Amino acid sequence: MHDVESSRTERLSLETIVENVLDQARKAGADAAEAVVSRDLGLSSSVRLGEVETLEYHRDKGLGLTLYFGKRKGNASTGDLSEGGIVQAIAAAAAIAKHTAEDPYAGLPDAEKLAKNYPDLDLDHPWDIKAEQAVELARRCEAAARDYDPRIRNSEGATVTTFRGTLAYGNTHDFVGSYTATRHSVSCSVVGEQDGGMQRDYWYATSRVAEDLQDVESVGRQAAERTVRRLGGRRLSTREVPVIFEAGVARGLIGHFVAAIRGPALYRKASFLLDHLGEAVFPVFMQLREAPHIPRALGSAPFDGEGVATQPRDIITDGVLQGYVLDSYSARRLGMETTGNAGGVHNLIVSGEDTDFNDLLARMDTGLLVTELIGHGINMVTGDYSRGAAGFWVEGGRIQYPVEEITIAGNLKQMFRNILAVGNDVDLRGNIRTGSILLERMTVAGE
Amino acid sequence: MSENVLDLAREHLLRPTGLGESELERVLSGLLGGAIDYGDLYFELSRHESWALEDGIVREGSWHVDQGVGVRAISGDKTGFAYSDEIVLPALLDAAHAARAIARHGENGRIRAWQACQGHNLYAPADPSADLSADEKVSLLQRVDAEARRLDTRVSQVMVSLAASHDLVLVAGSDGTLVADARPLVRLNVNVIVEQDGRRESGSFGGGGRTSYGFFLEDDRALTYAREAVRQALVNLEAIPAPAGSMNVVLGPGWPGVLLHEAIGHGLEGDFNRKGTSAFSGKIGQQVAARGVTVVDNGTLPQRRGSLNVDDEGIPTQCTTLIEDGVLVGYMQDRMNARLMNMPATGNGRRESYAHLPMPRMTNTYMLAGDQAPEEIIASVDKGLYAVNFGGGQVDITSGKFVFSASEAYLIENGKVTRPVKGATLIGNGPDVLTRVSAVGNDLKLDEGVGTCGKDGQSVPVGVGQPTLRIDGLTVGGTQA
Repeated sequence: MHDVESSRTERLSLETIVENVLDQARKAGADAAEAVVSRDLGLSSSVRLGEVETLEYHRDKGLGLTLYFGKRKGNASTGDLSEGGIVQAIAAAAAIAKHTAEDPYAGLPDAEKLAKNYPDLDLDHPWDIKAEQAVELARRCEAAARDYDPRIRNSEGATVTTFRGTLAYGNTHDFVGSYTATRHSVSCSVVGEQDGGMQRDYWYATSRVAEDLQDVESVGRQAAERTVRRLGGRRLSTREVPVIFEAGVARGLIGHFVAAIRGPALYRKASFLLDHLGEAVFPVFMQLREAPHIPRALGSAPFDGEGVATQPRDIITDGVLQGYVLDSYSARRLGMETTGNAGGVHNLIVSGEDTDFNDLLARMDTGLLVTELIGHGINMVTGDYSRGAAGFWVEGGRIQYPVEEITIAGNLKQMFRNILAVGNDVDLRGNIRTGSILLERMTVAGE
Repeated sequence: MSENVLDLAREHLLRPTGLGESELERVLSGLLGGAIDYGDLYFELSRHESWALEDGIVREGSWHVDQGVGVRAISGDKTGFAYSDEIVLPALLDAAHAARAIARHGENGRIRAWQACQGHNLYAPADPSADLSADEKVSLLQRVDAEARRLDTRVSQVMVSLAASHDLVLVAGSDGTLVADARPLVRLNVNVIVEQDGRRESGSFGGGGRTSYGFFLEDDRALTYAREAVRQALVNLEAIPAPAGSMNVVLGPGWPGVLLHEAIGHGLEGDFNRKGTSAFSGKIGQQVAARGVTVVDNGTLPQRRGSLNVDDEGIPTQCTTLIEDGVLVGYMQDRMNARLMNMPATGNGRRESYAHLPMPRMTNTYMLAGDQAPEEIIASVDKGLYAVNFGGGQVDITSGKFVFSASEAYLIENGKVTRPVKGATLIGNGPDVLTRVSAVGNDLKLDEGVGTCGKDGQSVPVGVGQPTLRIDGLTVGGTQA
């Protein structure tokens, strides 16, 4: 009860600030305005080699606002929510708007798109945990990792964090909305050593509900297991082979797809998926669905970054692109309607044929299983893709040995089309939910 | 650095809520005691503005201000940390109470008498956005846009951004450190998209430093960024698929120094070495690079993006030699790791803001010049890659594997630079890549001032640089096996 009450009080307090900001914006002569206010509290406790390493108390707040004078606009943000801070930010945004150009597409979203009645998505689950208890959980997590295998010789530590934040958004279409959300996590990273070579890997669990977190010992063991299996990594000779992106890195692959269908990339003609609406982007067995209202989910949100109601929708049906990821500005630029994606997608669910991970390996037979990618070698204009990789060499559908210091390269447009299967080992720890993905062929560069 | 900056910091950070040295002393002595052996307060007031042009109009302008204080208590290798965005005594005492929970028992401690610290004077303390009016900023962006479009009809989109920040900080430490710094930073970036026969390519270029907007007007510098961005994009229109596999690579001077940042820089930060998690741990005194290779981290270059008068723990920055004639000689340290490793602090303690903990970070990291002419180095390669512009990079500290991604590269055939190739990621092993440096050019160049380094979720501005380098047997991640 106390928590429900504290959330209600906090939401009311932030909504009042938003309304005050909008009032003052009108008084400053703005034709339209929008404002977002947030306040977060957090605790982060880290343990390394059995001892507390850091205890961090987080306390953040902020106000962001946009003022419109006709078709000109100005933005300002501040950490100072006092009357003086608000006045200063409004003056700064108004001053900027005197110098920006008339932009026929500028403005608030249409009033009928706003989330007048938005759902309670059950996102607020405070974790009543003291620093000492969090330290103890981190200690148990790291101990489980260090006890897992004698080759685990060192540690970067384990961390337990808890955050709770409230956000209120409003605009001069008489809209104001708010919600409180929590996020808790446990992570662990350890270092293994064998024949003079070191490897580190990590694992983490994250959830809006503390009770739903994977237990801390198993997070630690998984971090250790992932570290130990990388020891003794070899290089590969340069070759073209099928590749499996393990679920954790497959999420990034789907992330590149989302980046390519976002409004700004499209109206700037800076996307390799320009003008692909209605075309087959993925193979026919793949579906991508956005589900913003899943209770307690990490990507859930009742409205987007400009108050537009979020709605479940299909983005890919039988491989074909059904819609873009738009906010109201980019939608107007493209002659379309906002899709409620100001700020990004909300729970994007990837599904294909329901393939077990071991069946994916068997289906690949011989090829590369990628478990880690480093670097940013992606060209969104052309889709050219080249990144550093580590993982495992697979033969006869079985993992043979770890590999490292190689790159994988291809072109995203072809890579998406050449997906052979999607695993059912779905990773739920993010906004994009996908299993491992098998690709027909990529270039591996090595020795 | 003048006493004036300390006065400026007192006036803007402390005086508005009636804080003075005696209140800081009270907070610090409440922080100290028991097993707490060091504590500090980091006050910060930062202002930021940015302007963005696309489709020929300046349609976005933003202003941001933030202020607050971070309170840190250290006990051995343990750190307690809390911060507040309200710089008032009760909030400071609260934060101190939270931070000292790490190890504090018993009586209050005693702090040392305040000592003025002599930092450098590498940049002007004034607001860097003030030397142009808003109209002048808008017209600067429009001139850059017009220049890019004038150069070639294939230019289909131009995006220009202009940004300035001013960061006023005051560090008060329990050892009596009391020092302030006022840090300007400006940046201008140009991105273009070109189109020919249905093929689209992009190019980007930018620069800046700890100076003011006037920097972009000197010799029409901003227009040269536009020309360079367009040139790169047009080169990419002709690019063929990049090769895949191990080959001899010549890296151009300047920004390709991101190699050093990733391959060895991070691995030589004190925290990883104290913990023994770096591939360079315990390698001091060993040969980690070819003879003739000397690499430094230098925070004292005037007006450079990575430079600081004092670091975020109040220690003057310095030029630290990391590798001398191929031998590993030094690490980059913040206060805590220096003390725990019994080494001197090197002025590398940096933090993103008052809401983040300091840690060892790079400033401007570069390799000193050798004696070979760049043309000779290229001519020495029979078949290989010549890479002159890069995007970012990344490193796995523990395994030592690092990548950096070329955005402009050419084939070298029979000692000559021939066709441009598409962007590709290069991968190597930090502890041995520099042992395969077979030629060092005489053309040391620093980057234009656009680098941002991320570590543990914290971003700080940095610089890199190097002369033309030849590295044998580096893996190039193209598509042509």
